[in-house]
Amino acid sequence: MIYLHYFAGLKEAAGKPEESLPWTSGTAADVLQWAATTYSNFDFSAVQIAVNEEYVLETEPVKPGDHVAFIPPVSGG
Amino acid sequence: MDVGLKKPFEVTFEPLEPMKCMNYVTRPEAGAVTLFAGTVREWTNGKRTMHLEYEAYVPMAEKKLAEIGAEIEKKWPGSRVAIVHRIGALAISDLAVVIAVSSPHRRAAYEANEYAIEQIKKVVPIWKKEIWEDGEKWIGDQSYKPGSEQL
Repeated sequence: MIYLHYFAGLKEAAGKPEESLPWTSGTAADVLQWAATTYSNFDFSAVQIAVNEEYVLETEPVKPGDHVAFIPPVSGG
Repeated sequence: MDVGLKKPFEVTFEPLEPMKCMNYVTRPEAGAVTLFAGTVREWTNGKRTMHLEYEAYVPMAEKKLAEIGAEIEKKWPGSRVAIVHRIGALAISDLAVVIAVSSPHRRAAYEANEYAIEQIKKVVPIWKKEIWEDGEKWIGDQSYKPGSEQL
């Protein structure tokens, strides 16, 4: 199982702030592809992936128990 | 009684108190403190904002704020930093972010403070939604993936 976190416009598109997903192995790119397919009403082109609260490249392995966050363009300040 | 800042790098639903940040960074070695406050603007590109909604990935946002602080203390030796960001519903002119930087001399305090807000806008997972009379929108630069420079 992995834990997915959604924010801002993606949270609204998904209709939930988080969910879990059965998982054995794969990369951040695989998770991104799953989300982009599942929530095709949202544009993922500018979304960065964070695994366990750190930004990662899409080649980063994702292991069961990981927290994967989809970070749309930020606008703090 | 004023108990001061709970944490020097914090995301909170509570109204911000700039003097707490200022007091946190003020110390005998410092000859300058810059205090930046980001406030909620009513008019943006001719469109009137009624209020803003801020949201954050709180644990990661606080971690990234602390990283910015550590980076500044390394880049500008002798500086000390506190950054607090408010989330939730904010009204016009409310304080959204407060950054305090102290350093032995003023130049570093100005430079480091500006560096902090620029980094916040690039890497810290916080989002704002503008709510207008006739609609609403999550704001964000679609041409820049957050944190790209850290990869």
